Amino acid sequence: MNMSKIVREAANLLFPFILVFGFYIVLHGHLTPGGGFQGGAVIATGFVLLFVAYSYPQITERIGVGALHNTETLGLLLFIVTALIALGFGVTFFTNWMLDIGPILNNPVAFGPNPGDLNTAGVIPVMNLAVGIEVLGALSVIVLYMMSGTKETI
Amino acid sequence: MKNLVIGATVLILCLGILYVGVGLEFGVPLFTDMDEYFVSHGQEQTGGNNIVTDIVFDFRGFDTLGEATVLFTAVLGAGLVFRKRGEDEEYEYE
Repeated sequence: MNMSKIVREAANLLFPFILVFGFYIVLHGHLTPGGGFQGGAVIATGFVLLFVAYSYPQITERIGVGALHNTETLGLLLFIVTALIALGFGVTFFTNWMLDIGPILNNPVAFGPNPGDLNTAGVIPVMNLAVGIEVLGALSVIVLYMMSGTKETI
Repeated sequence: MKNLVIGATVLILCLGILYVGVGLEFGVPLFTDMDEYFVSHGQEQTGGNNIVTDIVFDFRGFDTLGEATVLFTAVLGAGLVFRKRGEDEEYEYE
């Protein structure tokens, strides 16, 4: 059963802002407190807000269970592939290969407190994004799975 | 008698833990070698400003890989429990 119209409109209004805030936490993971897991949890909160505002059949018309599950698998694959590419450059698994070789994300960083530069830290932002995508898919698909077990009368 | 022994043991253990906790000074860790290494070398070795993210995704990447796998397994388990069953499918408990 739907929640009231006020709740649905508030959820619609808040959803993009929660997404922006979550992706901010994910993408600034190597500069500010937070990171992939925390930002992904914030984004999943936005999805769960939509899930509780609408009924299960209405949600699954727009957002499929398979899509969220694929999102999670994609994040995990991106994480592992990023770690595996290091083998191609002759270094060990999980080495920060982008720091010396890659064309981007390898600006030198000053020691000590500094204003921060997004274009630093090698593979860490990529892995942050991968883990963020994975956590967003996982936490929201678990709630969606649990909603599928509820008996609803409309 | 048995309860008395168990109670005395638990009391002594609690007092011992309390004594150790009171004896340690807050904010002064005993072993600081790893902390100082991470603080003084983390930025130049990984290039990230956030030392916590540097440790989680670079120094300790295998741990993060395990955490991601645990999350994936949790989703698999939830999907197994809440999967759609057919109307005439029978449950079997052994």
